[in-house]
Amino acid sequence: MSSLTLHDVRFVEPETTRNYITHDYGALSWLFTKDHKRIAILYLISITALFILGGFFAVVMRIELLTPEGDLLTSDTYNKFFTLHGIVMIFFFLIPSIPAVLGNFLLPLMLGAKDLAFPKINLLSWYLYIIAAVMGLYIIITGGVDTGWTFYTPFSTQYSNTHVFGVTFAAFIVGFSSILTGLNFLVTIHRMRAPGLTWFRLPLFVWAMYATSIVQLLATPVLAITLVMLMFERVVHVGIFDPALGGDPLLFQHMFWFYSHPAVYIMILPAMGVASEVVAAFTRKKIFGYTFVAYSSLAIAFLGFLVWAHHMFVAGISVYSAMIFSFLSYFVAVPSAIKVFNWTATLYRASVALMTPMLYILGFIGLFTIGGVTGLFLAAIGLDVHVTDTYFVVAHFHYVMVGGAVMAYMAGLHYWWPKITGRMYPEWWARLAALLVFAGFNLTFFPQFVLGYLGMPRRYHAYAPEFQVLNVMSTAGASVLAVGYALPLCYLLWSLWYGRPAGPNPWGAVGLEWATSSPPPMENFHETPVVTWDAYDYPAMMKAMGETQNV
Amino acid sequence: MMLSDFPLWPEQASTVAPGVDALMTFMCIVCGGVSVLTFFVIFVLAIKYRRTPENQLAQDYEPPKALEAAWIIIPFLIFMFMFVWGSWLYFRIQRVPENAIDIYATGKQWMWKFQHASGQREINTLHVPVGRPIRITMASEDVIHSLFFPVFRVKADVLPNRYKTMWFQATKTGRFHIFCAEYCGTLHSGMIGWVEVMEPVDYQKWLAGGAEGSLASQGEKLFQKYACNTCHTNDATGRGPVLLGLYGTTVTLANNATVTADENYIRESILNPQAKIVKGFAPVMPTFQGQVSEDDLLKLVSYVHSLGTQKTAVVPVETPSSKNTSAGSPLKPGAGIPPQQDKGATP
Repeated sequence: MSSLTLHDVRFVEPETTRNYITHDYGALSWLFTKDHKRIAILYLISITALFILGGFFAVVMRIELLTPEGDLLTSDTYNKFFTLHGIVMIFFFLIPSIPAVLGNFLLPLMLGAKDLAFPKINLLSWYLYIIAAVMGLYIIITGGVDTGWTFYTPFSTQYSNTHVFGVTFAAFIVGFSSILTGLNFLVTIHRMRAPGLTWFRLPLFVWAMYATSIVQLLATPVLAITLVMLMFERVVHVGIFDPALGGDPLLFQHMFWFYSHPAVYIMILPAMGVASEVVAAFTRKKIFGYTFVAYSSLAIAFLGFLVWAHHMFVAGISVYSAMIFSFLSYFVAVPSAIKVFNWTATLYRASVALMTPMLYILGFIGLFTIGGVTGLFLAAIGLDVHVTDTYFVVAHFHYVMVGGAVMAYMAGLHYWWPKITGRMYPEWWARLAALLVFAGFNLTFFPQFVLGYLGMPRRYHAYAPEFQVLNVMSTAGASVLAVGYALPLCYLLWSLWYGRPAGPNPWGAVGLEWATSSPPPMENFHETPVVTWDAYDYPAMMKAMGETQNV
Repeated sequence: MMLSDFPLWPEQASTVAPGVDALMTFMCIVCGGVSVLTFFVIFVLAIKYRRTPENQLAQDYEPPKALEAAWIIIPFLIFMFMFVWGSWLYFRIQRVPENAIDIYATGKQWMWKFQHASGQREINTLHVPVGRPIRITMASEDVIHSLFFPVFRVKADVLPNRYKTMWFQATKTGRFHIFCAEYCGTLHSGMIGWVEVMEPVDYQKWLAGGAEGSLASQGEKLFQKYACNTCHTNDATGRGPVLLGLYGTTVTLANNATVTADENYIRESILNPQAKIVKGFAPVMPTFQGQVSEDDLLKLVSYVHSLGTQKTAVVPVETPSSKNTSAGSPLKPGAGIPPQQDKGATP
């Protein structure tokens, strides 16, 4: 009985002609698959479709906002568009994006496992997602919903005439998809690590997914409860949130944000995990302060549960609770700052390759930093009174979610594209797209900080004429951004047929996912790997390798 | 320069606005500075250590751990400074000065209604005097709204089930935006208006025009119309508690809990009398939920408020206290302006 050594694992190309894509053919072999890699592909296709839908709403809104008057859409349509943009992007794109696509594909590979702990539950979570998405689409076609993605009561329970029940029910279902994914990942990380793969040898992406899963598992049920209460009040008129029925509208906000603030970390923690992987691979260094970065993920997950009321500083909470939540909000910023500084320090005396994934991640670090520090502005309660519910907040969370989460998702997609498909994407086009996204993003959202401080409130269909210049800048940026997102859609599809074959490890990266062929075989590894090295052990690998292959 | 065409912040027109802008400036300098420095370091390192045929391998070097401790502790201390400054400012924004003029606001889909103590009412426009603290007591008739004055740097959500207050003191005359900042349905972006900041003399003149008696006196009529006076008599013979001198006092309830008789308590006792029964009284009062509009509620509350001050000053003479004159003297329409007390508050 021989176990694989570090050297062997990295360079053994399994003798196989079949991979997970060519293993079976036909639609049914995909729809009834229990393979985590195929389920990841199903997710990839579905969330891409919904990203395009959510992007469509955004583009039409930006065109509407070119002029101060509400001249393109009616007020009701505009309100439905920003509501649907939020619901689609948050529940159907951002939350599943990195965990359900990249996490699903990579977690068993990174752990040296054959699959997730519960393959059937994994498939079930995709079906729940699809059922919810189809319900959402049906509702959009039959009239939409206009409550904002936050469903604030009593507007959502008593005053809105749109499909509130259907949409909250869809969000309720998609929540279970998220819970099941989190549960599956937690069990997998605990139980299915390869021999020798101890906790502090795990890649930081796995640590990030672990922290994310905890949040998914613990916070999402609160959303489910809240939405059920909302549906009850709307349909059966049980007084929970509506003062006319004896309820309290602030109770809804507390319960909603108890999920929806941690949900921000469901979106950003995986992005941080991707950033750590990409920075390590494209500097050929171990991430500086590996242990701190790993623990900071857990710290963020934990502290993220304690800051929900910072969304409510002007909503009617007491002065002292506002102070406490302000304090805790500053506290949660510390572990995020640690990560940014540690990634930066990793570049020192490194070998930095500015290829597309790294460009996206450097963009991610920059935009996430701006998103993060503007969070400090909002946590200063005296300042928050002025800027909350204005475009300042809109700019802040787009910097975190689009500049942070989506940039990292794009980085991860490019970084692992060769592994997923076995093909290289065209590097030149990809770099162009990365630069367009970065430039377009800043042009779109930076002016919104100024707009917000000038006093333009969120969710305004028509606005005061003095805000027009900045709105035109923002719309101009959005069109650049749209091109930046459309390009990868084209060249990644193109690469499926015409891309250069990638080989098992095109980046010269370490990590078990690079120790198997691209695309991986159905069972991931022909032989269970035995791990005897730490994560990002580039010095050892470099010695073994002699020189690099592709880069 | 055309810089004035592209201002980075709105006009400063309240006493707190310069303080908010100062904190904003501090945040921009510190956060902007640290961010730019980080970007610069990343840029330099990414260029200096870029992968070249000679630089294929990273050097086996770890920066000292002390560095990591430094960027945990130093940011934390800076964050704590921001926290203290932000909280100090928040207290300033929240604490209503003693001599504030009372104005009442009602939000409804999709308009703002304002009532002055003298009885003047207006929609989507608010007239206020410059240099005097203004306290707005507000409630919503339907969904949650948020009253936002960008030039004063204050906003507060307006809730359907309770009164909330906000205050500001304008430092500049002129006409400024009022926005609704909490999404409230179809015409949310149309729920806007103007605040007209006037010289106190002009405000006084404006108040004198066309009011139907002060809010409190209108409330007194409603008090009779809804037959409140049959139980709430001015002596202890009535079935309900005496309201004379009630406002601002501490009330002992049937379960021995105590509550301060403020606007929210009075409001709740009208709409949901069973919620807080005064010790020694039977729970016999019917609810007025759905029978009294928000506007009328404000008048009733204003009347009970005025009764509260009559015990200490039974004859409504002009006293230095603004509350007494603004709410407590129905015979003097237009008595909304307290005599100037605060020497430092001149515009």
